[in-house]
Amino acid sequence: MKQYILRRIGYSLLSLFLLSLTIFLFVRVTGDPVALLTEPGASQEDIEAMHRQFGLDQPLWVQYWHFVASFITGDFGQSFYYRTPVLDLYFQRLPNSLLLAAVAMVLSLVIGIPSGILAAVRVDGFWDSAGKLFALLGLSLPQFWVGLVLILVFSVSLGWLPSSGSGTVWHLLMPAFTLGWYFAAAHMRLTRSSMLEVLGSEYIKLARLKGLPEALVIGKHALKNALIPVITLAGINLVVMINVAVIVETVFAWPGIGRLLYEGVTFRDFPVVQAVVVIGGSMIILVNLLIDILYALIDPRIRLES
Amino acid sequence: MTVITPPETTIAPAIRTPRPTAFWRLKGFPLIPVLILVFIALVAIFADVLAPYDPTIGSLARRFRPPFWQEGGSMAYLLGTDHVGRDVLSRLIYGARVSMVVGITAVLVAGGIGTLLGILSGYLGGWADQVVMRLTDTWLALPALTFAIFLAAIVGPSELNIILILGLVYWTRYARVIRGEVLSLKQREFVRLAIVAGCSSRTIMWRHILPNVINSAVVLATLMLGVVIVTEASLSFLGVGVPPPKPAWGLMMADGKKGLLVGYWWLTVMPGLCIMLMVLSANLLGDWLRVKLDPQLRQL
Repeated sequence: MKQYILRRIGYSLLSLFLLSLTIFLFVRVTGDPVALLTEPGASQEDIEAMHRQFGLDQPLWVQYWHFVASFITGDFGQSFYYRTPVLDLYFQRLPNSLLLAAVAMVLSLVIGIPSGILAAVRVDGFWDSAGKLFALLGLSLPQFWVGLVLILVFSVSLGWLPSSGSGTVWHLLMPAFTLGWYFAAAHMRLTRSSMLEVLGSEYIKLARLKGLPEALVIGKHALKNALIPVITLAGINLVVMINVAVIVETVFAWPGIGRLLYEGVTFRDFPVVQAVVVIGGSMIILVNLLIDILYALIDPRIRLES
Repeated sequence: MTVITPPETTIAPAIRTPRPTAFWRLKGFPLIPVLILVFIALVAIFADVLAPYDPTIGSLARRFRPPFWQEGGSMAYLLGTDHVGRDVLSRLIYGARVSMVVGITAVLVAGGIGTLLGILSGYLGGWADQVVMRLTDTWLALPALTFAIFLAAIVGPSELNIILILGLVYWTRYARVIRGEVLSLKQREFVRLAIVAGCSSRTIMWRHILPNVINSAVVLATLMLGVVIVTEASLSFLGVGVPPPKPAWGLMMADGKKGLLVGYWWLTVMPGLCIMLMVLSANLLGDWLRVKLDPQLRQL
């Protein structure tokens, strides 16, 4: 058990190392990092100061060490555009992203789980086909297309919802649905397959033989076990949602992390772009580690395997 | 004299298994999606002939013309004009070329890198395997679009750069699946026999492993085509894709977005429909191929 967790932590540290190395090498190898990290039109003195600060004359591994050390101490540099530390900007925007992700997650579960159960109980029936179509569309439609069509229908034609911005519950609905649809499709598919697996197991047959009403068999006995993988996926997806909302937040002008990334790219504000990528990647690596450890604590089979 | 004829039943009637006819093999064939993809490909190839106008030149005198069926529209500009008076239909036609070229080459780049590294890592094992798989894990932790935006911000957008970026972002999907297949192929008799017969690792990987993973690679490529096209369009939408004046569908949507609230709906809806049709078609074809060609991938 201890060994298993230690090994998992080791893997995650290795992943974090590879992540930082990847970012470092891409920034250094593909050109002059100073060109990216100084403002366009910076004076010659500034550029030279930057060269010295990065120690570009030093060996590559020394440079790498400085690069990582600054991240660990939370120094992601200054934003060119906002003239504040990047980390402050990130934490200003994070609550908005969390709110959007939380609402989108609730929507995706409210849609995904019941429709997944319905599809599994009536395989190849109407609801199964309808669910398949819903999932196919959710997984293939580009988010900016969904978002713009929603704006066209609900803001332009019907005038019910505000097309962009934030502040009220009404501002949240369209972005949350646009972001949540993709995940609703994923949650639906997983609920369906996991439910089908559970419904074929012995204890469900026993429950049915005992004469329990079907609603109780499905709603109580089967659902409990079928939902475990779905909840796990949802946990990871919550963190993923925070980091993949760039399109949604751009379409609806929602002031979250994704919008920050978009602004970073548009204003050529490279420190911001770099920070969003590094923090996002680290966040996902850490949540994967957390889920692995939780699973090991709950499920003795995984523990004993090692 | 009686001729004894052996009863015909003595010839054991083999239980006739119906031979897979062409009909059976094509069961559920996604005809409409394939026709749509072929149509888009033809449009992309013959864009020069088909497009009524130059997609990059407009005239401010005739901006924001609606499609022909709306009031104010004319048959001269079937799908209307955009904010600088360029013909939307012509831009859509040339946009098909951008999507097709970028989509297909990026999938080939990703597939090439991923298949190669997947085979090497699965067959050689040991250090090579560890390095490739840890790298795959790490890169998969980065959200694809965020990673692509980051790379585009470093190297700057151009058509070639976008193709390379998409290849770099998506090879990990191939590597992981192909490696899994190679691990199970390694246990099969024909590979073991090849080892006993003294074939070099290179020969085994090239002659015996590669042909057996091609099916999976093709299925993955079809499934990835939709994903890659959406990502390309998303990059264009965010302004870091194929640079203007090349008419990419995602860029057209980003340009048209401002006009949406004042009623210029065709500027976003038309390119959106094109992207949607292309991606849905690619996904439906990929799903069918997955079930037909490669039962192992059904779980995906």
